[in-house]
Order: sequence, then structure tokens, then C-alpha cells
Amino acid sequence: MQVSIVVNGKNQTLSAAPMKRLLDVLREDVGLTGTKEGCGEGECGACAVIMDGLLVLSCMVPLCQIQGKSITTIEGLANDADLHPLQHAFHENGGSQCGMCTPGMILAALYYLNNPGEAEDLREALAGNQCRCTGYTRIFKSVEAVARHEL
Amino acid sequence: MHEHFETIGKSVRRKEGIPKVTGQAVYADDMRFDGCLYGRTVRSTVPHGTIKKIRFNPGFPWTEFTIVLPEDIPGKNGVTLIDSRQPFLAYREIQHLAEPIALIAHADKELLEEALHQIEVDVDELPAVFTMDAALERNDIFKSYLIESGNVSDKWRDADVIIEETYGTGAQEHLYIEPQAIIATAIPGESVTIWGSMQCPFYVQKAVAPLFNLPRERIRVVQTETGGGFGGKEEYPNLIAGHAALLAWKSGRPVKMIYGRREDMLATTKRHPSRTHIKAGFKRDGTLVALDIDLVLDGGAYPTLSSVVLSRATLHAWGPYRCDCTRIRSRVVKTNSVPHGAFRGFGAPQAIFAIEMHMNRAAEALGMDPAEIRRRNFLRKGDRMPTGQVIKDELDLGYLMDRALELSNYTQKRSQFEQSNRNRGQKRKGIGLSVFFHGSGFTGSGEVQLASEISLRLTEQGGVEVLAANVECGQGTNTVFVQIVAEACKISPDLVRIHQPDTAAVPDSGPTVASRTTMIVGKLIERAALELRRRMNEPEDFRSAAQQYLSQHGTLVVRVRYEPPTDIHWDETTYRGDAYAAYSWSCDVAEVEVDLTDYGARVTNFVSTVECGRVLNPALAAAQIEGGIAQGIGFALYEDVVLERGAMKNNQFTNYIIPTTADTPDINVEFVEFPYNNPGPYAAKGIGEMPIDGPAPAIASAVAHALGGRFINEVPLLPERIMRDIENECT
Amino acid sequence: MSFEVVNPHSIAEALDALSAEANIVPLAGATDVMVYLEAHSLPSCTFLNLQQLPELKPIVPGSRSIILGALTTYRDVRASSVRQQFPMLALAAREIGALAIQNRGTWVGNIANASPAADGVPALMAYDAEIELTSKDGRRIVPLSRFYRSYKQMDRRGNELISAIHIPVPRPGWREYFRKVGTRRFQAISKTLLAGRVFLGADQTVEDIRMVLASVAPYTLRAVQTENVIRGRQLTPELIEKAAEAIQDEIRPIDDIRSTEAYRRRVTSNLLREFLATASAPG
Repeated sequence: MQVSIVVNGKNQTLSAAPMKRLLDVLREDVGLTGTKEGCGEGECGACAVIMDGLLVLSCMVPLCQIQGKSITTIEGLANDADLHPLQHAFHENGGSQCGMCTPGMILAALYYLNNPGEAEDLREALAGNQCRCTGYTRIFKSVEAVARHEL
Repeated sequence: MHEHFETIGKSVRRKEGIPKVTGQAVYADDMRFDGCLYGRTVRSTVPHGTIKKIRFNPGFPWTEFTIVLPEDIPGKNGVTLIDSRQPFLAYREIQHLAEPIALIAHADKELLEEALHQIEVDVDELPAVFTMDAALERNDIFKSYLIESGNVSDKWRDADVIIEETYGTGAQEHLYIEPQAIIATAIPGESVTIWGSMQCPFYVQKAVAPLFNLPRERIRVVQTETGGGFGGKEEYPNLIAGHAALLAWKSGRPVKMIYGRREDMLATTKRHPSRTHIKAGFKRDGTLVALDIDLVLDGGAYPTLSSVVLSRATLHAWGPYRCDCTRIRSRVVKTNSVPHGAFRGFGAPQAIFAIEMHMNRAAEALGMDPAEIRRRNFLRKGDRMPTGQVIKDELDLGYLMDRALELSNYTQKRSQFEQSNRNRGQKRKGIGLSVFFHGSGFTGSGEVQLASEISLRLTEQGGVEVLAANVECGQGTNTVFVQIVAEACKISPDLVRIHQPDTAAVPDSGPTVASRTTMIVGKLIERAALELRRRMNEPEDFRSAAQQYLSQHGTLVVRVRYEPPTDIHWDETTYRGDAYAAYSWSCDVAEVEVDLTDYGARVTNFVSTVECGRVLNPALAAAQIEGGIAQGIGFALYEDVVLERGAMKNNQFTNYIIPTTADTPDINVEFVEFPYNNPGPYAAKGIGEMPIDGPAPAIASAVAHALGGRFINEVPLLPERIMRDIENECT
Repeated sequence: MSFEVVNPHSIAEALDALSAEANIVPLAGATDVMVYLEAHSLPSCTFLNLQQLPELKPIVPGSRSIILGALTTYRDVRASSVRQQFPMLALAAREIGALAIQNRGTWVGNIANASPAADGVPALMAYDAEIELTSKDGRRIVPLSRFYRSYKQMDRRGNELISAIHIPVPRPGWREYFRKVGTRRFQAISKTLLAGRVFLGADQTVEDIRMVLASVAPYTLRAVQTENVIRGRQLTPELIEKAAEAIQDEIRPIDDIRSTEAYRRRVTSNLLREFLATASAPG
């Protein structure tokens, strides 16, 4: 099945099996490996991307449902050499250790900052992104640092 | 202690931090190889039996597949670790469920998955053993230790009170967010190259070489960015690397083996379950006079690292307490469970859970505060451990504990909670503590045997490149190495780079385990860095001196080998002496709330004071503590490995519960410094594992406190268990 | 294993496909299906991709009843004004997975998946939701409380599409309770769950009551018998205890990978007590 999508602002037209996971489309067909697979069953959040403004798990989205969608992955955040404030904050505040949950976590944080009413608090907003390394303390610190500057 | 440093003691930013936040970091599955095949493993569906036949259903396009059976193995079918008993592929006898039997590869992942269902293995099933008791009865023991000091049997009569209890801990799954991932290429007859997620490249090299009857130098192992290890990638990669290499060898194509999460959880190692029986004698004033510990670990079907896990458990069993009459008997048994293996803490969490819960039990029996009974018995400088090791540090565990009590408001909260709990509402609150230590590095003779080496090399930019086998897996290896070199050479951290751990390029500096990377390998790096400076006559401007040196001499490499501290003596045969060159110490205080509507306990606050020598990078060190505590919280309350026929039944992210953001409290870490006297670089000691040692007993005792002093003796403290404990008390 | 996909551009096309193909599975948010595919537990079939049917999308608000189209997600409800009329729907939505799942998962998908642990279904059922089933042959409405017959068996014919959920707007004054018990706060499959609503009249008399439970029966259970024990009586501590006992006869929890029968029994009664105790409290 052929679909036309926009990934990080760039048009992409590709052809693959209709139930192919968006995660695999991004990693294989588009060639962006920043989005990670941690569980394949929609539980760990490592594969999170933003699709048409909504945070979604790319391992849960089939190709047949992405036609015309605009997708932002971790690679779409930095502006050439300039890091996105969230990336900068994660780096400055130790929000990333092994880095595997980081792309999904940063996108979930971005979604939270862009959609403040959706969750009651940051903990709820990030409850779908599991981290085994940090204990979350420095992830909160990173996101709160950005939130404060934006206020 | 108050020297001025440029980078040491500063929270220098993570060396490989930028690629991790931009998505540029390259993990194994991010690598692309032309003509790559995917590999899968045919696994046993019974826990014990004899293989009669492997049948490939006809009508399936088997000619398209690469198939490896045990008879295809060119060399030795045994994974070399401490011994080589574990086969790469089970040949005749199956020892555990999910044991690898055969390997298949194909370019089409879906077809590969289907193929697995087209292979039948005929097995004559044999009776299997799943409990420690059954294994003990059969005397199926991988290893045992006995440490005695004084004569415990004579001492009971001196005790006013004798407390005897049994404690248990369950298995634990690492759940690194990046599953096991290995890529192999091979030139059949010649060489093998392995890339992958791992903690010990040279372990993999050592394990894979005999598989092909090749000398070690023909096996090149390169570590890729590793998404979490925690011990789960200490020894297991040996096995999966051998598998990928066999498929690459047979097919002549690159082979990727990336485990799906379910397979990873089902087939890989877990923390050793434990059962510890403690009998302890106390004076009425709380003085510990006799300690008799019997500790048993479940090793699973093959020894792997069980003997070393048992060793560490044994050497941490007595806790931070002084006791002249101690006997510790420990055994690790064989069962038909999937082999258990390394997991952060490595036996210490199990042993420490038991001794810390026992001190609380004694406090309760003697009517003492749990802090006070500990204070009375804390080790001090000059005291001996049961191994005979004399404490040489200016140890002030009372202060370490008091800081934690102060930060957590322990005393006030303890009585406040007791009071509010008397209202018998649905929510009960409790507070509990634990005090513990963790030995840095391998036991006494282990580091000597490892004989670790590193090299430092001048770079064209006038900086330094670090060549070491220790990997970064999130804990901060790269950054700490950079800081040590920058400080010792007196250069900017920007001029220091870390060579990718690659057995073809770096010396064997040993595995990334045992809380040794900073203290042992970091020290080698410090020594080498100082030697670089000496060779260039202590230059003012290192950078230009280095560039000048290179233009004159071409290259400068300094290689340094481990030298044991001269004042450390360990006897492997009697198991006496200085077990570890240094210990780090810590106190945890956990506050919990138990909801009697659903019997769920959750941690509402957590404080940890940590003594680990000089803290080289405060942010990274605190991050290690925080992460370890989170894993400890999981170990205490949420993480239940449900074993059925010896294998993990709840092998899905959805059914194995680790703490999310909503389950992890604010964690407050404070570093405490005692006067430095340890062999680490700038007097730094190990910290990677210690934080997971203390939470379980602190939390379990907090839950017991919340429930009115009920006795808790097992983790994980699932709601079902808490409900049962309450019901049992009521009957 | 092969999976074809049909992408209808109109409801009529979709209903034709449902009637024409034998092995056809409607696909809405895909959050359940993708898990099955990953587990390789689905036999080959054809998926009917509903995402290109905007008629299935909107929430139709109303003062007497509302309609949730088949593609209405959990997030749609959390973000919409209907959450004021139906607070329990917002509470249930909040507990499902986490935000990224809520952005894709649909209420109808939750119904059709028929898991006894479904989080959305109990809240819908407690509000007396009705399902609209549409096929080439016409339309029919089935109360959700009568939709399930046994484990994964529901009153849906092979050629029917669950096209919408109708929910009557309750009169003001109902007291509501929603509690999901899992091992942790979010991202957990329930061990037991109670969605309860009670309408108290003068003197604390129970004029009407709804109690729906998850994970304690082969399907989402409306505890009709226990409701009958309570309905029409004065809500006293004695009645609450009687109900807590009565519910034990109605539920059929089991030991499974997540929990035990004993735990589910005990905690279900605890939830019931908490529900009725908070309902009977003043204000």
C-alpha cells in the first residue's frame, strides 16, 4: 500500500504492507532510527512520536492509518546545530542515562508542554514512558526547567 | 578533601549526551548491513528431558533458511564463563524451559516467525526440580561457602534474647529498555566480528573463540551504544553472540539477533531468588553477640555466575555490624529454572534484605528503636568483619544514619504515624530504615586475576584518547574517564575522547560490573594520565606539548596494568582476609502509605545518605543512586517474576510491573564524606550497585510499621501478600 | 500469516465489505489489534480500516442523550464538554494506558475487544449506554449491559459494525464512584474495578443504583442481583455490609497471572463498601 506522509517537515512517499508498524516505517523506509522499540506492545513508550499534533505510540499505528499525516520524531526537534530547549534541558539536567527511553520521553514531554490541560500533572503525562535508569527525578527536573522558562 | 580540582567533583555533562537527546546515538538495531539476515532461536518447551529428534515440517521452504544444529558447531559447544557447562545449543539433554536447541536465519522476519512454528522437537520429558528444598535434598549444589569467626554454638548461652527467622526474596527481571541485541559477521574458517549491546566485550570474545576453534584475536567484539545493562548484559551476551556468529558463519551473511521483549523476558537471566535463615543472639541492651546465617540461592539450570553471586551474598550477609561470633553458611543450588545470573547488587540485595529485616525483628523483640539497635552495633575503625578484615576507614555509621534520620524527619514521623494509625483509617503510614555497605570491585583475588589494563594515547589535536574495555551503558563511564584524564593531564575535557570498546583496539580492562569501573579502572586511567605528563616533562601547556611530542616521535601510548594495593591480603582457599579493597556505605529511609482498601503499598518519600569516597561527578553519582533506588522500590513492591515450570510466565511489559513516574516518590540523596583512605582515583569508590541493596528492607520495615509492627519477611510485597499477612495476623 | 486491509471511503462501502468477507475485523484505533499482531496470536484475516470514515468520528452532544461515534477516542471524551455530564467517563479514560494510548484507543474498540478487564466498558455500562449496531440489513440498538454473553462472546453479528454508543444524559443528583485496582497507578490491567452510581432520595433511601465490575467475571459484569439488594432500601451500615456479602455470590473471580481469587473477592467488597460509604456521606 502506498502512502504519502510528512516526517519532520519533509514529504515522504513510500510503499509497504498495510499493517506495517509506523515504527518500522520510520526506522526502515524513512531511515530515521531515533525512534526506538522497547516492547512492541504499547507499554514502554520508547517509540512515542507526535502525529498530527497527538502523542502516539508508533508501534501501535499501522501504515494503513497514516496517509496524509504529519509526524514529528526526535530527529525533528533540533534546528541544525541548535538543540530544542527540551533536548538542551535533558542534557544539562541528566535526564538521559542509557538514552533508550530518551527520544520517546522527550516527545512525551514536548506534548505535555504543548498541551498543558491534557494531564493533571507532569507525572501523569509521562506515566506512559518507562525508564529503568533514572528513577525519573532528573527527567522531571529537565522538563520543569523548560516549563519555567516558558512561563 | 578540600583540594582544588578543575573537573573532579564537578557535574561535567555526559560525554555522549548530545547524540542521546538528538536520536543520533547508534544502538545495535540502528546499524544497517547489506544482505543482513535475522536470526531466531528454537527453544525447548519442556524444562527437563532428552532430545530425541528435531523435525522440520515438510512443505516449508527450508532451503531458503540458514539452519544451525548442535552438530554444525565447528568447535566447542560450551559457553566459557567460569566453566563451560552451559551449551550454546542443547545437544541431548535439556535442562530448562526455553533452552536454545537450534538456530534459524532468514531475511524475512515474518517468515522466520512462521518457521519457528514449523519446527517440532521430540523430547522424552524427565522430572524437573523447581524448588530450593528439592534441590537441597538431592544435594544439587553448584557452590557453597562457610565463614566462621569465633564459636557460635557456644555463644547462645550468653545471649539474653535469641531471634530466629527466615526471609525470602524473589527473582527480578532487568527490563533494560533496549532488549538483547547482537549482530555478527563471519569469514568462515577465519574470523568473526560481533557488534552489540553488552557490558563485557572481552567476555564475549573469550566465550565465542572456542566455539569456532579460533584464537581469541580472530574474534573481534565491538560494543554499540547500550540501552541499559544492570547485569543482564554481563554474561548473557556470550550466548546470543555465539548464536548470531554461528548463523553468520554458516550463511556467510551478516546476522542480526534482536530479541523481542517477550523472548528476552522469557529466556534471559534473572536475579537469584534467595532464602535466608538467621538466628541471632542479643544482649538486653541490643548488643549483637552471636550470628548464625544460612543463605540459599536458586541458581537455575547452569552455574553461569552463581558461584560469584553467592560469594558476594556471603560477604555481605552480616551487615554493617560488629559481631565476634559469626557463622555464615551459603549454598547456591541447581534447579531446572532458566539460569539466574548477574543483576545489580549481585547477591548483596538478597543478603542485606535478610540481615536488615532481622535487626528490625530484634529491635521489636527488645522494645528498642530500629535506629538505636543499629547504632549500638555499628562497625567502627579497628573492628573486624567475620572474614578477619579490619576496618581501616574512619567509619562513622552513626553519623551517616543520623543524617538520613534528620533529612527524613524519621523520629518525629515515626511517632506521628503511630499516632495517626491508631485512628484505624483506611490509609496507614509507616517509616523504616536500612543501613548497608557494598564492596567495590571484585573480591580480593578477583582483580588480581583480571589483571586489567588500559591505554592512553595522544591524539593529533593534542588531546588524549582513552582505550579501555569498560562500557558506557548509562551509568557514566565515558564522562568519569574523561574527567579523570582531564584532571590528571591538566587539559580540557573537550580534548579527551573515549575509543569505542573494541577488542581489536583496546586492552582488556575487565568487565563493566562489580562497581569497579570508577575505582579500579579509573585508577589505571589516573596512573596512565600522570605517566603521560611525566613523559612530556610536566608541561604547562599539555596540548601544544603533546602536538610537539607527536611531531617529533610520531606517537605516544602509555599502557598500565592493575596493581593490587599492598595492604590488601585475601586467601581464596580459607576465604579469609580483605575481601574487598574498599567499601561504600549507605543509609536508606523509606516512608510508605498502605491503603487497606486494596492493600497496596506505595513509597511516598525516600532519603538516602551515601558514603562513596570522593564523588567525582555529583550529578552522575546522584543519578546512579536515584535509579538504583527506583529499581529497589520495584524489587520491594512491584516486580514479581511469576515462574511456571522454571520460566517467566508474565513475560510481558504489561504484566511485569516496574515503577512509572506515578509510583516513584521524590528521592533525596545526600553524599557524606569520611576522611579518604582508599585506592580509587582521587579517592573515589564504587557506587553503581549499592543503591539497590537498601530499599527493600527499608520499605518492608516501613510497611510493617504502617501495619502496626506486623512482621514482614518476604519481597516483593505485592498487595496480595500484604492482604494475606494481615489476614494471617487476624486468625 | 497474511493480513489484508480494506480501506472503505464510505459507511456503505464498509458495510458491504462486512457482509461480503467472512474473516473481516474492523480496525479503529488499533491499540488492541497491534498487540495481538506482535504476539502473533491472530489468525490471518482482513482488516476493515475505519479511519477514513469521518461520520464515525464526532461526539454528538445533547441534553437528553449523547452519541459517541465509533472512532471517538478516550482523549476525545476527556477533552470534550461531555465530561461534565459524564464524569466517570473522564475518570475511566484517564486510567487507560497512558496519554499516547488514550489518543488512539476508542470506546467502541474497547467494547468490541470484549476483555473482562476493559476499563471503558464499566463506565459506559454504569451510564446505561446502548450500542448501535449497523449492517447492510439495517440498524439495531442493544443495551450494553446485555451485550456480553460469556467470555469474548457478544451480541454482534459478523456483518455488523458497532457504529455508535448512545448514552442517556442522567438527571442531576447521582453520586458516582470509579475505582480501578491495579498493581500500580497507571499503565496497569485491572485486578478489579468498580464503576458505581447511586441516586439517594429522602432519608437516604436508594432510589436507583448501578454497579458494574471488571476483572471478576468472564465479561464486564453489571451486578444486578446486588443492585436489587440495595435498591429501594435505606442506605445504612447494615445494608452496606449485606451488599458486600451479596456481591460475593455474583462475582466469579479467578486466580490468574495478575492476581488471586481471594484478593479479588476481598478487594471487590472493599470497593463496594467504599462506594456506598462515600455515597451516603453528607455533601
